[in-house]
Amino acid sequence: MSLSYHITDKTLSLTVSGDYIDYDNEAEKSALNEALSHKLSHITIDAQALKKWDSTLVVILFNIMQVANRKKIKVSLSHFPKGLERLLNLAMTVDRKPDKSAFIQQPVLERLGQWGIGVYTATGKGLSFIGQTFRSIGRLIMGKAIMRKVDFLFALQDCSWKAIPIVSLISFMVGLILAFVGAVQLKLFGAQIYVASLVTIAMTRIMGAIMIGIIMAGRTGASYAATIGTMQVNEEVDALKTMGIPTTDFLVLPRFLALVLTMPFLTMWADFMGMIGGGTVSILMLDIVPQEYIRYSVNAFGLDNFLVGIFHGLVFGCVIALCGCYYGVNCGRNADSVGVATTKAVVSAIVWMIVMTGLITLACEVIGV
Amino acid sequence: MTKTPIITAKNLSVGYDDFLLMKNISFEINKGDIFIIMGGSGCGKSSLLKVMTGLVPAKGGHVYIEGKNFTNATVSEQNEIMKKCGILYQSGALFSSMTLAENIALPLQQYTHYSAQTIRELVSLKLALVGLKGFEDFYPAEISGGMKKRAGLARALALDPEIVYFDEPSAGLDPVSSKLLDDLILDINQSLGTTIVIVTHELSSIFAIGNNSIFLDGATKSIGARGNPKDLLKNPPSEVVKQFLTRGESK
Ligand SMILES: Nc1ncnc2c1ncn2[C@@H]1O[C@H](COP(=O)(O)OP(=O)(O)O)[C@@H](O)[C@H]1O
Ligand SMILES: [Mg+2]
Repeated sequence: MSLSYHITDKTLSLTVSGDYIDYDNEAEKSALNEALSHKLSHITIDAQALKKWDSTLVVILFNIMQVANRKKIKVSLSHFPKGLERLLNLAMTVDRKPDKSAFIQQPVLERLGQWGIGVYTATGKGLSFIGQTFRSIGRLIMGKAIMRKVDFLFALQDCSWKAIPIVSLISFMVGLILAFVGAVQLKLFGAQIYVASLVTIAMTRIMGAIMIGIIMAGRTGASYAATIGTMQVNEEVDALKTMGIPTTDFLVLPRFLALVLTMPFLTMWADFMGMIGGGTVSILMLDIVPQEYIRYSVNAFGLDNFLVGIFHGLVFGCVIALCGCYYGVNCGRNADSVGVATTKAVVSAIVWMIVMTGLITLACEVIGV
Repeated sequence: MTKTPIITAKNLSVGYDDFLLMKNISFEINKGDIFIIMGGSGCGKSSLLKVMTGLVPAKGGHVYIEGKNFTNATVSEQNEIMKKCGILYQSGALFSSMTLAENIALPLQQYTHYSAQTIRELVSLKLALVGLKGFEDFYPAEISGGMKKRAGLARALALDPEIVYFDEPSAGLDPVSSKLLDDLILDINQSLGTTIVIVTHELSSIFAIGNNSIFLDGATKSIGARGNPKDLLKNPPSEVVKQFLTRGESK
């Protein structure tokens, strides 16, 4: 199997003979390409001695035909197997050319401007999504929202008892760690009993809510984005829209309500588990009497701290649900995009939770809580 | 021209856990044929195709491909046999995170040792064959349903298969695209000599391109008729087949 050709008088005569199965000879192919770049007026291809062939031969002939087509060189085929000639004709059938705009490198300033416009439109989209969600809540209160109770109950189940095991474990561990790290320092002053106060204040004021926020963002926020994103990929979201059902009513509302309702309770539970974790360390390792630990915990427990913590939980619930649903609804159309949406949902939820914590802390400072 | 069977099914039973869809059916598919598997919805056409391609185990009996026992083969032997087979799934089944070129290059990269340049050229050729020249860098989401099917066909043809299976190629296509796909199937069959197995209940395709067929009868779980569809239309062996081939209009 070889490509033999010669050029006489602007005519390239190519003979293909023998078997062409898995033909992949780079050197011969580039030599042929070189020959094709000469000034030619006619190409003849003879396949009289051709035996077996597969696509690797078709590719070579196809390339020759394309070059000839471009340079308006006449091609004559002789003794071609019927199938091969037919195949070449099929491949050479001209189609509608797709018009995909090529990627153009833009100047820095233009890209900066486009980034700015992007941020501006994204902000607008985000705010309008929040607006729509709250309008849906309004419609729900008026009894006009189209929300299936089952969806809500499913979401509720998912963020309530199904979340309890992981929430318990993590909060317990956090309490444990807080107590442990605190004890090392407090021991220096012989004040290890204040571990109880440390754990209680830290958990109730902020740590409980933050830990729950991170767990629920990874667990529930991600699942919201993935579920709604998959519906977007399957055109289910389009179906809803064309039925005139607001996506926020049908998809966002049940999930949003479920998370916002359960987050405060999960936060309380996390506070409690954290204190138990702290107590475990204190009693087992610091030799603090259980009654003492409880007494100091109760003394340190402030209703204002506790309520601020719960408020954090509530706000985080809103943030996680909104981020999860927003990226789900705005998911792209291919399998990749669900992954992208999920990642964005979790990352943005965590970022916004930190931002909200900052704002709440500032507000508390101002009103002196 | 003498016909040699490339696929043989012997006493094949098809079904799932607790129910049978087809019982002890036998048929032969000849090399170079366009073979139609027809029958009403839900009678088990797709399931039969899945058994023939190894996606679902047979409930009994055997499928032989080029004389080799396919149903009894180990997974690696099945893969070896399936290399000679291309499959076009109902929706094209293109990987949505890859461009058309990457989709078609995948089996080539997996099973051949061609240079990157050759693979690139082969991909362009296959796309040109299905009328998608220049669509290399498009993602499946950016092309229409008919184009997805054709791109799926290009991928199925990547390794120069000897057999190409189609599950409902015309489902979801407009009559013109469906006709184009039929023509393409015919072109591929005639130029490459590829054996084509098509599951369909689209009458126009059945008569336009099929030269052999079996009719699956869901009620009796057996083959209700076999032969060239045009002959079956002329002399229907039973009322069910007649109803099917005439869309129930010949009362
Ligand atoms: N994976 C599966 N498990 C169990 N039953 C199935 C499965 N796939 C299909 N079926 C059932 O098998 C029957 C035949 O399906 P199918 O082969 O897809 O029919 P057809 O393609 O002829 O319309 C249907 O009743 C379907 O519900
Ligand atoms: Mg089917």
